[in-house]
Amino acid sequence: MILIAVALVVLPHGLSFSQQEILVYLVINILLVVSYRLMTLTGEWSLGHVVIMGVGAYTSALLTKRLGFYVPVSMIMGALMAAFVAFLLSFPLFRMKGFYFLIGSFASAEIIRLLWKRFREPFGGPKGLKRIDGLPNIDIGPIHIDFFEPTAYYYFALIVVLVCLWVLWRIEKSLVGLTFHAVHWQDKLAQASGVDVRRYRTLAFVLASGFAGLSGALLAHYIGTINPNSFDVEVMVFVLTWAIVGGTSTFYGPILGCIVLTILNEIVLRELGFEQMRPLIYGAIMIVSILFMPDGLESLVKRALARWKSAPPPPNQPEEAKP
Amino acid sequence: MFDLLAQTVLNACYSASYISLVAVGLVLIFGVMGIVNFAHGELFMVGAYVVVALYSNYDIPYVLVAAIGLVFVGCIGLLMERTMFRPLRDNPLGGLVASIGFLMILQALASITFGVRMAFVPPVTQDVIEFTDKIRLPLQRLYVILAAVGFLTALWLFLTRTRFGWALRASAQDPEAAALQGISITQTAKIAMFIGAALAGVAGVLTAPLISVNPHMGHSVIIAAFIVVIVGGVGSLEGAVVASIAYAFVHTFVTTFFDGVIADITGLLLMLLVLIVKPTGLFGTADRA
Repeated sequence: MILIAVALVVLPHGLSFSQQEILVYLVINILLVVSYRLMTLTGEWSLGHVVIMGVGAYTSALLTKRLGFYVPVSMIMGALMAAFVAFLLSFPLFRMKGFYFLIGSFASAEIIRLLWKRFREPFGGPKGLKRIDGLPNIDIGPIHIDFFEPTAYYYFALIVVLVCLWVLWRIEKSLVGLTFHAVHWQDKLAQASGVDVRRYRTLAFVLASGFAGLSGALLAHYIGTINPNSFDVEVMVFVLTWAIVGGTSTFYGPILGCIVLTILNEIVLRELGFEQMRPLIYGAIMIVSILFMPDGLESLVKRALARWKSAPPPPNQPEEAKP
Repeated sequence: MFDLLAQTVLNACYSASYISLVAVGLVLIFGVMGIVNFAHGELFMVGAYVVVALYSNYDIPYVLVAAIGLVFVGCIGLLMERTMFRPLRDNPLGGLVASIGFLMILQALASITFGVRMAFVPPVTQDVIEFTDKIRLPLQRLYVILAAVGFLTALWLFLTRTRFGWALRASAQDPEAAALQGISITQTAKIAMFIGAALAGVAGVLTAPLISVNPHMGHSVIIAAFIVVIVGGVGSLEGAVVASIAYAFVHTFVTTFFDGVIADITGLLLMLLVLIVKPTGLFGTADRA
C-alpha cells in the first residue's frame, strides 16, 4: 500500500512532458471507467457514458466562462448537472433493458452531442468551447502552485480521483452496492423480495453519471478546449474496451484495463513509431483479448493471486457480465 | 413549391435505397447470428474503396467493379464470421466488442492505403433525367435505386423460394429447433454473413461516385442503419425496408427544410420514441435481445 502511494507520488518526475500529460489523462480516465463499472454492476451497458462526462465538462466550463464561478465549485456543479441529466434520461431509458438499453443510451447521448454541435449559443457549435479557465494558482506565502504544470494538476487530479474511488468502493461494499449486484444477477428474485429494481438501476446510473461528470470537468479545466467530437462514440469505444479488456467483476479490473491499454497505446506504440498503425494494432488487441481472454485481465490477476496463496479461487465469484 | 417537394421525394428514394441495403444486411446478421455488427458501416466503406482502387485508377468497367466489390466485401464477411463470430457464438457482448475492433482495423487499413482525405471517384455517367427544369434525377442515382430494388427482390426470392433461404429463416426463428432439423448453424451463419456483408459492400460501390469517400464514412451510415433496424423491428427484414423508406423521407425532408444536424436529431428521437413506445419495432415480433 505504502509502496503504491510512494510510486504515485514519485511517478511524474521520471517522465517526459508529454508522458506527464498522458498521466493526467490516465488518472481522469480511471475515474471515468470505474464510474462506468458502477453502472454495469446492475447489468446495463450504456453507450452514453462519455457524453454524460461531456455534460459535466460543458457545464463546468460554461459556469466558469460565463458566470465566473470559482473552478472547484463549477466542477462540483458539473458533476451534479451530469447526475441530473442522467436522472432525466433514466425515465425513458429504464423502460428498456439489455440490447435496447444499449441502443437507447446511444441515441439519447448522440442527441445531446448533436445539440452541442447545433447551438453555437451557448455551446460554441462544432468548434466547441475554447480558453476554459484552468484551476487558479495557489499562492500562500512560500507555497506557489501553478496548475498549468502537468505535475501539479496530476497531484490535484490524483487526490480528487482517489477520494472518488474510495467513495465508489464504499458504495459498492454498502448495502446499496450489494443490492446492485442482486438487481443484476437475480433480477426477479430481488423484485420479489421487495427491491424496487428500477429505482436501484436509476440510482446506479445517476451515481455513475455524477462521477463521470466530475471526470469531464477535471478534463475540461486541464486541456482548456472541448468540442462535441471530444465526447463522440469513438471515445466511448475506448471506455468500453478498457472495461472489457480489464474485466468488470472486480473493482480493480477496469483500472487495470485502462492502465495497460493506455500504456500500450500511448507509450509503447507511439514510441515504436507506429503512428498510423495504432488504431489497427489497438483493434487487433481488442479482438485477440476478447477471443482468448473473455474474462479480462483481472482473471489473470485472480489466477496469480490464487496460485500465490495456493488456495482455490474464491467461490461464487460472479462471471463476466453479459447484457 | 411542388418542384421542391418532388425533388425531395426523388432524393429520399435514393437515400432509402442504399440505407435499406445496409440495414437489411445488418438485420440478417443479427437475426441469424444474434450479433450486432458494429463494423457494418465499415463494410460499406470498403465497398466504396473498391471503386476507388479499381475504377478511379484503372479502366475496369463499372459493372465488373461492382461484382468484384460484392464478392470481396462478402469474403470479408466470411473472414469475420470464421475468425471472430464463430468462436464468440455464446458471447453476444464479445461479438460486439470484436466487431468494434474489426471496425478500427478496417478504418486504419483504409487510411494507411488511401490516405485520410476524401478520395476522388470519377462519375460513372453524367446523364441526368430532367422531368422539368427543377426536377432532375441523375442517372447514377437511378442506378442505385434500381440496383437496390433488384438486390432486395433477389434476396426475398432467395429467402422464400430456396432451401438455403428456408434454412436461414428457420435458424433466425429458432436456432436450436433448426439445428435439430439438421440445419447446420455454421452453414447458415456463413451464408448470412456473406450476404449481409456483400449487400453493405454493394451499397458502398453504388454510392461511391455520389458521396464523399473517406475512411470515416461508415459512421453516419451505421447510425442510419441502426435507427432503421430499431424502428423497423429487430430481426424483421420487411420492417427494415419499410423503415428505411420512412427514415429516408423524414431525414431528407428535414434536411431540406431545416438542416442536417436537426435531421439527425429527428431520426434519433424517432428511434428513441419507438424504443419507448414499442421496443419490438413496427414489424418486430421475436425478440432475441
